[in-house]
Amino acid sequence: MFSETIELRGHIIDSLILPKVLDQILTHGGNFKITEVQIGRKRADQSFARIEVSAETGEALDELILRLRQQGAEVLERANADVAPAPADGVFPPEFYVTTNQQTFVRFDGKEIEVTPAIINSAIAVDRKKGDARAVKFFDVKKGDEIVVGHQGIRVVPVQRATTHTDPFQFINNIVDAEEPKSAIIREIAEELRRAHSAGGKIAVVGGPAIVRTGAGGHLVRLIEGGCIDRLFAGNAFAAYDVERALFGTSLGLSPDVAIARGGHENHLRAINTIREVGGIAAAVREKILTSGIMHACVQHDVDIVLIGAIGDEVPLPGVTTDVIECEKILRDKLRDVTHVLLATLRYSLALGAFLANNVKTVCVDIDPPAVERAVERQPLQSIGLVTDVEPFLRELDDCLSGSKVSQ
Amino acid sequence: MRELLLCPPDYYGIEYEINPWMSVARGAETAIVQEQWKQLHATLSKFCKVHLITPQPRLPDMVFTANAGLTVGRKFIPSNFRHKERAGEQPFFAKWMEQHGYQVGWLPEKLYFEGEGDALFSNDVLFCGYKFRSDIQSHRTIADMLSCLTISVELVDPRFYHLDTCFCPLPDGGAFWFPNAFDEYGQRAIREHVTDLIDVAPEEAMHFSCNAVVIDRDIVLPEGAPQLVTKLEERGYRCHELPMSEFIKAGGACKCLTMFMPQRQAM
Repeated sequence: MFSETIELRGHIIDSLILPKVLDQILTHGGNFKITEVQIGRKRADQSFARIEVSAETGEALDELILRLRQQGAEVLERANADVAPAPADGVFPPEFYVTTNQQTFVRFDGKEIEVTPAIINSAIAVDRKKGDARAVKFFDVKKGDEIVVGHQGIRVVPVQRATTHTDPFQFINNIVDAEEPKSAIIREIAEELRRAHSAGGKIAVVGGPAIVRTGAGGHLVRLIEGGCIDRLFAGNAFAAYDVERALFGTSLGLSPDVAIARGGHENHLRAINTIREVGGIAAAVREKILTSGIMHACVQHDVDIVLIGAIGDEVPLPGVTTDVIECEKILRDKLRDVTHVLLATLRYSLALGAFLANNVKTVCVDIDPPAVERAVERQPLQSIGLVTDVEPFLRELDDCLSGSKVSQ
Repeated sequence: MRELLLCPPDYYGIEYEINPWMSVARGAETAIVQEQWKQLHATLSKFCKVHLITPQPRLPDMVFTANAGLTVGRKFIPSNFRHKERAGEQPFFAKWMEQHGYQVGWLPEKLYFEGEGDALFSNDVLFCGYKFRSDIQSHRTIADMLSCLTISVELVDPRFYHLDTCFCPLPDGGAFWFPNAFDEYGQRAIREHVTDLIDVAPEEAMHFSCNAVVIDRDIVLPEGAPQLVTKLEERGYRCHELPMSEFIKAGGACKCLTMFMPQRQAM
């Protein structure tokens, strides 16, 4: 939302100028917030109103303001943001502004520029010639880049609670505890995902090994086959467990079907070795070595797979990014168009949270209550936490969405 | 006795086009111009003391003295004309009023305001028109200068580009007007503040019927509004209908040719 503050003075009540201005804002697609009103007490006293006017785009706002000026509105001059050059590559100037994950605007030459993406713990680099403001991490910055300093000329727009419709993501208590019923909320989530998909939204899953190890992989596969998922973020282990399960029926040597599986932990390494040998997961699917499982479903249904490595992994599978800085860049890039995230692993959920804009809706599922709390508090008014094992969650979600393809 | 300011039409003519009525191809007939203006002068002189300002060459619209400014008590607020063609009139009017003992209060240069043409009192409320000629911002400054309630009304029909072409207050608190010349909010604001409103029919409004000079019970207005005249006479007014064809060619009539000195006593 782009906004300007206008002031009206004069006999704006008797002349009906105040209601006219408010009507014009609404009929031309804008919105307003009256921040101050002083009504004249005597007949000849003039009145005063200060109104924050907002519109979806900068152009729409300019057009609206032009119209309101004809009605006597004066636009309140706001201070421009200050900038300082980055003193060296990878170093911000002192007093650099640190972003939140809320929608943020910086003002230059009397115009507001939206900072993109809206991610937390970054600085703001400005290219005034291009009219561009970017949230940047340390590794993005080059010596001499103009970085916003101080707090002047910056406007942060927090997400507002919806007043026009019931949004399950905006419940006051947005964590559903282990002993609370979950079917109704899972149905609501399914409905929201269906709605989002038909409106062009992108849905991502952040998967953890528990999905494979608890035997919930089949539900996720059906969701992928049903076109419900656009992107999968996971660690090396998730992919390796899934491949092991597909090739040997075990995950880290354990089978959900038999108590002691043949081959045991060896299966895990043999699975990794098979994929390395063939050159990658997609190649394994192509050559019909990998014929089932989540990875297979992703390749078959064009779901984008983003695999991130970690210390403690066994040998990384081909296609897993292991460079930490490179991982950050990939995550930021791949999350740019995502509107809904299903978080089903603590480790990557917290890492991913740093790259989510505040308007991305998240569903966090974990058996550990503090883990759910930590993930949910990052996205106030935009997240639902469920304290549960992931298998019943995916099973129920699969039941709600199966048979109703949500692909566009 | 009320005092008025008029300007003889010695240099009057259609020399440019700054409103939809004007067409340089359709000039005013000099002999008829003189005749019509003299008749107005003679009629107004029966009820008022009429002052004359010396007309100036190359300022053909100086004849429309209503746009010279706004006079309240001994205070005169000169106009800031929107069109450069008329801007040259301002110093002559300001100087004349000053010489006749009025205290001149200037508006900031950037605020357009076209005097009594866009500012008419109904009792103690000053109605001000805006958009085509005057800026709404000027109304606020005038309200400050005069300490009065000022109702700003938006004009939406370019043929009725000044308030005095579509709204005429009466001394009993009523007014006659052409509602379609105002936007919805302006109409509502006028209805809320004026009790007895006489709607003027479109065909009569086109004869500049609202552009009338009201002196107590006498109303001097252009001919061509029989329905309005009947309604006014029913309310006890005496109507003096005058031919105004040559001035209507420039978008003006009786009221445009007249400025009250003052329009109202000090607030």
